[in-house]
Amino acid sequence: MEVAFEQIINGLTIGSFYALIALGYSMVYGVLKLINFAHGDFFALGSYIGYTFLVFGSAFVTTHFGLWGGMVVAMLMAAFCLAVIGVLVERAAYRPIYPAGRLPAVVSALGASIVLQNAIMVIWGPRYQAYPAKLIPNVHLQIWGINITMLQLVILAMSFLLMAILYYIIQKTVFGAAIRATALDKDTASLMGINFNKVIFFIFTLGPALGAITGVMVGMYYRQISFTMGWNYGLKAFTATILGGIGNLPGAMFGGLILGVLEMLGAAYISASWKDVFVFLILILVLIFRPTGLFGEKMAEKV
Amino acid sequence: MDAGTTTGYERFFGSRQAALFAVLGVFLVYPFLVDNYYIDIAFYFGIYALLGLSLNIVLGEVGLFDLGHAGFYAIGAYTTAILNTKLGIPILVLLPVSAIAAALFAYLVCSPIIHLRGDYLCIVTIGMGEIVRLALINNPFDLTGGPNGVYGIDFPSFGGPFVIDSSIEYYFLIWIIVAITILGLTRLQYSRIGRAWNFIREDEVAAGASGIDVRYYKLLAFVLGAALAGVAGNIYASKLMAVSPESFSFWESCMLFCIVLIGGMGSIPGILIGAAFISLFPEIFRPFAMYRMLIFGLVMILMMMFRPGGVWPRKRGTAEFSSLLSRMRKKNA
Amino acid sequence: MPETKRRNAQNNVVMETRKLTKIFGGLTAVNEFDFRTHQGEIFSLIGPNGAGKTTVFNVVTGIYRPEEGQVIFSGEDITGRKPHQIVATGIARTFQNIRLFQNMTCLENIMAGQHCRGKKGLWSSVFSTAGQRKEERHIREVAESRLRQVGLERFRDDLAKNIPYGSQRMLEIARALATEPKLLVLDEPSSGLNAGETEVLMGFLRQLIEEEQLTILLIEHDMNVVMGISDWVAVMDEGRKIAEGLPEDIYNNPRVIEAYLGSDDDTVSEES
Repeated sequence: MEVAFEQIINGLTIGSFYALIALGYSMVYGVLKLINFAHGDFFALGSYIGYTFLVFGSAFVTTHFGLWGGMVVAMLMAAFCLAVIGVLVERAAYRPIYPAGRLPAVVSALGASIVLQNAIMVIWGPRYQAYPAKLIPNVHLQIWGINITMLQLVILAMSFLLMAILYYIIQKTVFGAAIRATALDKDTASLMGINFNKVIFFIFTLGPALGAITGVMVGMYYRQISFTMGWNYGLKAFTATILGGIGNLPGAMFGGLILGVLEMLGAAYISASWKDVFVFLILILVLIFRPTGLFGEKMAEKV
Repeated sequence: MDAGTTTGYERFFGSRQAALFAVLGVFLVYPFLVDNYYIDIAFYFGIYALLGLSLNIVLGEVGLFDLGHAGFYAIGAYTTAILNTKLGIPILVLLPVSAIAAALFAYLVCSPIIHLRGDYLCIVTIGMGEIVRLALINNPFDLTGGPNGVYGIDFPSFGGPFVIDSSIEYYFLIWIIVAITILGLTRLQYSRIGRAWNFIREDEVAAGASGIDVRYYKLLAFVLGAALAGVAGNIYASKLMAVSPESFSFWESCMLFCIVLIGGMGSIPGILIGAAFISLFPEIFRPFAMYRMLIFGLVMILMMMFRPGGVWPRKRGTAEFSSLLSRMRKKNA
Repeated sequence: MPETKRRNAQNNVVMETRKLTKIFGGLTAVNEFDFRTHQGEIFSLIGPNGAGKTTVFNVVTGIYRPEEGQVIFSGEDITGRKPHQIVATGIARTFQNIRLFQNMTCLENIMAGQHCRGKKGLWSSVFSTAGQRKEERHIREVAESRLRQVGLERFRDDLAKNIPYGSQRMLEIARALATEPKLLVLDEPSSGLNAGETEVLMGFLRQLIEEEQLTILLIEHDMNVVMGISDWVAVMDEGRKIAEGLPEDIYNNPRVIEAYLGSDDDTVSEES
C-alpha cells in the first residue's frame, strides 16, 4: 500500500513537471495554433543554465544562499534567461512565418528546436552533465510509512504553487482573460482592444520561464541532464496538452499530472519498458472516445 | 487552353522535356563516375525520395498531419528482416509482403482515429510511431532483437547470378522503384482519386457535401502511403543487412515531414528536392562537424521564411507537370 | 388552409421531414419541424437569424444527425445517412458562407461534383486504363458544360479564390449541379449579390426548374427573391415552423411580421 502511494507521489512529481511544461505548450498552441517544438528545448536550456550557475558559483551559492536558496536563485536566473530567449526565438523564427500558415510554422518550430538543441550540445558538450551532488539537499523522510525525500516535497509544493499562481493568472486576471480571448478568437479579441503583441510577449516569457524553472527542478531531482532531454519531456508534455484538450490551460495541468501518475503506475504494475507504450495507448483511447480531450475544447465548427 | 483528350495532362513545354532528358542522363551516368561512398549517398537520397513520396500522399495531397510515418517504414523494414532471417524468405518476395504488412497495419490502426481533427490526429500519429518504435525495442516474443535489432539480412536476388549486392545495383534498384512510383502517383494526381484527396485537403465539409466519401479516401491515403513506406523499408533493410529501432524514431518522422513541406506539398519534383536536401545536406556539411545540424536547423527556418510554399510548389491552373508517356500518347491520340 | 390541403393531397413529394428535431447541448435548434416539397417547385424557408433554417438544411444533407424525426426523400428514409451518401441519392447543396475549394481551379471545383457519378478506382487510375480515361473525359465534359451553363468559362483555369464574389456563388451552384441532383438545396444564394446579380440568379433558378426538372429548396433573406420565384414559403422562428403558404399570404401574415420585427411595430416595412 505504501509502495502504491510512493508511486503515486513519484507520478505526481514527474506529472507536475509535465504539467508545467505542458502549460507553456498549451499557451502557445491555444493562441497561435502552433506546436512549439522548441518549448522542450527551452526547458532543457533552463536546466543547463541552472547547472552552470550552480557549478560555477558553488562556493558563492553555499555561503550566501544555502542549499535551498541556491536552488531558488538558480531557478530565477534560468527563468529570466529563458524569458529573454523565448521572446527572441518568437521574433526570429515564428513571427515571420505566421502569414504563411500552420504547416510552415511547424517546420520552422522544428528548425528552432534543432538549433537550440545543437546549441546546447555545442556549448556544453554531447555527454551527460550532472547537477553537483553536494548542492542538492539530501534529506529523507518517512511520513505515515511512505518514503519521501525533502526535495520531492519541496518540488511538489513549488510545482503546485506555480500551477496555482498560473491558474489564478489565467482565470482571474485581465492578462489571463486576454490570453483566453485571443486563443478563442484572435481577430475579435484584437477588435476588442486586446493588444496581440502583448499577449504574444506574455506567453513567450511566461511559458519559457516556467519551463526553465521546471528544468532546474528536473536537474535537481534526477541530477543527470542531457541535451536531448528537451525532446523526451517535450513530447510527453505535448501529449498532456492534447490529453487535457487544446487551448485548455487547467486541462493541460491535469493532463500532465494524470500522465505522470499513469506512467508511474504503468511502470510499477505493468512493466518499466512498456510504460510509454501504455501511456500513448491511454491517450489514443481517450481521443477515440473523447475526440477533444478529457476536458474538451470550447469551440465547435459552424457549418 | 487545351482541354486534353486523355487523362487530363495539360500542355507540356518542350523545354521541360529537354530538361527531363538531361536529368535522366545525369542519373544514368552518375554512379559510373564516382566511388561507392557517393553512390550510397545517392541510394539514401532514393530511399528518402520514396519515403517523401509516400508521406506526400497523406500530408501533401490530403493535408493530414502525419508525424508518425516512420512507423510504417519500420513495419516494412522489420517484416522483411524477421521473415528473411527467421524463415529464409527471399527479399524480393518480401517486397510486396512488407508493403502489405505496412498497409494492413495502417488500415487497422488508422480506422478508429481517421475522423479526428487535424491537431489531434497529429498527436495520435506521433503516439503510433512511438508505440511501434518502443515495441521494437522491447523485443516482444523475442522477434525484434531489442535495441540491437535484427541482422544478417540477405540481398535481393532474381535467382542464380542475378543478385543485387553492390552499391551500383542498389542505386538502380531504388531509383527504378522511385521512377515507377512517380509514374503511378502522377497518374493518381490527375485522376478522380487524386482530386478527391485535394478536395478533402481544401475543405473536408465541402468535399463530403459534393459527394466524396471523406473517410474512405483518408484511409486510402494512409494505406497507400504506408505501403510505399513499407517498400522503402524492405529495400533499406536489405541494403543495410540489419535494422535497428533507432532508424525509425520520431526524429525520422519529423525529417519526412520536412521533406514534404520544404519540397512543396503535393509536388512531386518538390518532394525530390526536399529529399535531396534532407539526405544530402548533412553530407555536404560534414566538414562542419558539430555545427552542421545547427546550420541545418537555421536553413529550415530560413526556407519557411522565404519559400513557405516549398522550393517547388505544386502549380495549379496553368501549366502542369506532365510526363513523357502522356506526351507520347497525345501524339498518337 | 385549403391551399395546404390541396398540396398535401398531391403525391409527387420529393422531400419531406417528419417531426425533425435537432438539439445542441441545451439548445433545441430545430423543434419538430415538418415540411414537404413537391416535384418542380421552388420552396423557400425564411425566418429571422438563428431560427434554425441552416440547421434544418444541415440535417437534411447529412451533416448533423437529428435527435428525433425523419427525413424522407422520394419515399426513401435517408435520416442519419452520411453527406456523400445523400449526394448519391440526388440531393446537392450550397453553403451560406460559400465553401469552395479555394486553391483549385474553377473547373476542378465543378469536377468535384462529378466525383460521385464516377466509378473508377485506384488500380484503373494508376494503370491509366482505357475505361478510366474515358470516364475522365466524361467528367471533364460534364464539368465544362456546367461551367458554360453558369457563364463562367472565362474563369475556367483560375483559382476559385481569385474570382469575384458573385461568380463564386454561381460556381458553387455549378458544382452542386454537377452531382446530377434531383433536389437542389441552396443556403442564401443571393447573399452578397447586388440587384443585377440577384436578377440573373433568379432567372437562372427558374430556368433550372423548367429545363432540368429539378426541385429547389431555398433559404433566403432577400424578400425580392422569395416573392419573385417561390412557389411555396415556410417560416421558422426559434426552431419551429410558425407559418407556411403562398408567398403573398406569408408576406402579410402578422405572426411572420412579428417574428421578424417584434410585436411593438405597427408598420409593415419592405424587407430586403
